Amino acid sequence: MAFRDDWRRVRAIARKDLTTELRSKAGFNGVAALGVTILVLLGLALGPDAEALRNAAVGAVWLATLFSGVLAFNRSFQVELESGALEPLLLYPGARWTIFAGKLLGNLAFVTLMVAIVVAAGIVLFGVRIPATWSSLLLVLALGVFGLVVLGTFYASMASRSRAREVLLPMLLFPMLVPVLLGATTASKALLGADLMHEAGAWMRLLAAYDLIFLVATFLAFDHVIET
Amino acid sequence: MSTGQSDRAIDVRSVGRRFGLRWVLRGASFEVRPGEVVGLLGPNGSGKSTLLRVVATLLKPNAGSAVVNGLDVVEDAVAVRAQVGYLAHSPGLYEDLTARENLRFAADMLGVPHALVEDSLARVGLIAAADTRVRGFSAGMQRRLALARLSLRNPRVLLLDEPYANLDEEGVGLVNGIIAGIARGGGAALVALHELAPARGLLSRTITLVDGRIDAQAERAGREQPGVASGAH
Repeated sequence: MAFRDDWRRVRAIARKDLTTELRSKAGFNGVAALGVTILVLLGLALGPDAEALRNAAVGAVWLATLFSGVLAFNRSFQVELESGALEPLLLYPGARWTIFAGKLLGNLAFVTLMVAIVVAAGIVLFGVRIPATWSSLLLVLALGVFGLVVLGTFYASMASRSRAREVLLPMLLFPMLVPVLLGATTASKALLGADLMHEAGAWMRLLAAYDLIFLVATFLAFDHVIET
Repeated sequence: MSTGQSDRAIDVRSVGRRFGLRWVLRGASFEVRPGEVVGLLGPNGSGKSTLLRVVATLLKPNAGSAVVNGLDVVEDAVAVRAQVGYLAHSPGLYEDLTARENLRFAADMLGVPHALVEDSLARVGLIAAADTRVRGFSAGMQRRLALARLSLRNPRVLLLDEPYANLDEEGVGLVNGIIAGIARGGGAALVALHELAPARGLLSRTITLVDGRIDAQAERAGREQPGVASGAH
């Protein structure tokens, strides 16, 4: 029964966040446009060399995902702060981890939508050929996005109380994301190439392990972070 | 962990709270008994909102203790939150959601049926505007919607921070109806006020905060605070 109540709260927060973000003009459109703009600019900077573009595709897609993601994470708590909605949210009965889980789920849905657009744009702009191992590539993408969203949501909640949150979030988040980005880009590159060294599997396991560790740690720490 | 049964709805003992080096509350002590409606008065910056937020579990006290129905606000914060209804100065609504969606979200968070949402909307006179986004609401309408959200739960202790702000006469009546209903049912209310007039006849007594300390306690509202009654603060 308690779990059912918690799950209802998690779903309510996720649904509310997704609805507000998709309705807000500055929300989804702004985040997706930033991602595509980064890809276009990188494509223009690299020039017409098809091979160079293909080699840079993975890095460009993850870079666009990272910067668009930061914008999305900042917004997810800004919505609560704009009209003083954070206090009523904190006062609803029930465990506070449900707030984190709801925000996490909402951000996951939002960033997944955004990543779908960025990846599609990346494939077209950088002339990427879909490899036979596309399902593994999709798994790498999912693991990378999950790690990004877990850490992004957590640090956005931490930075939300600060007046300099827009600056603080990247400063806190980027160093912690190094293992996730390293795992995701290396595994993706290996899967897009011949993967002669069979290194993709090892990076994927590492990525999964990091995701799990960060997931547990952030759930345990959220109560203390949001407390005043 | 206490049982939650007590002859005091709110028991605040020597509570101190600071922000950085500045003490906003300096050893405030008072109690509110079940059935009482207590007005919390004081000039701007005297610590009224901070005191309400400490009792509501939103801020931890740096000194002293606060207990709600026998439950400590720090040790038993989750249980306290289930008993307390808090209305802050800002309405705390989601502007890109409609009035109905805001209340449905609150109902889901509280675990109450969606049918109550319609009752609450009707109670505050917002049925006609139920599908309008809150962004288009006036300050008074937002306040009414926040009251509707408050009436979704059945708290044993009400903590209201300037609840009459932006409300017309009908809205003032709504607030007073909610407070009186809680008090009649054996609950208690602590109401931070800028002006005493809207709550006249409702208050059991008043407490005055000055510079984070309790300054005076009067048994009937308005009797000993002529300056406050005229809205001098």
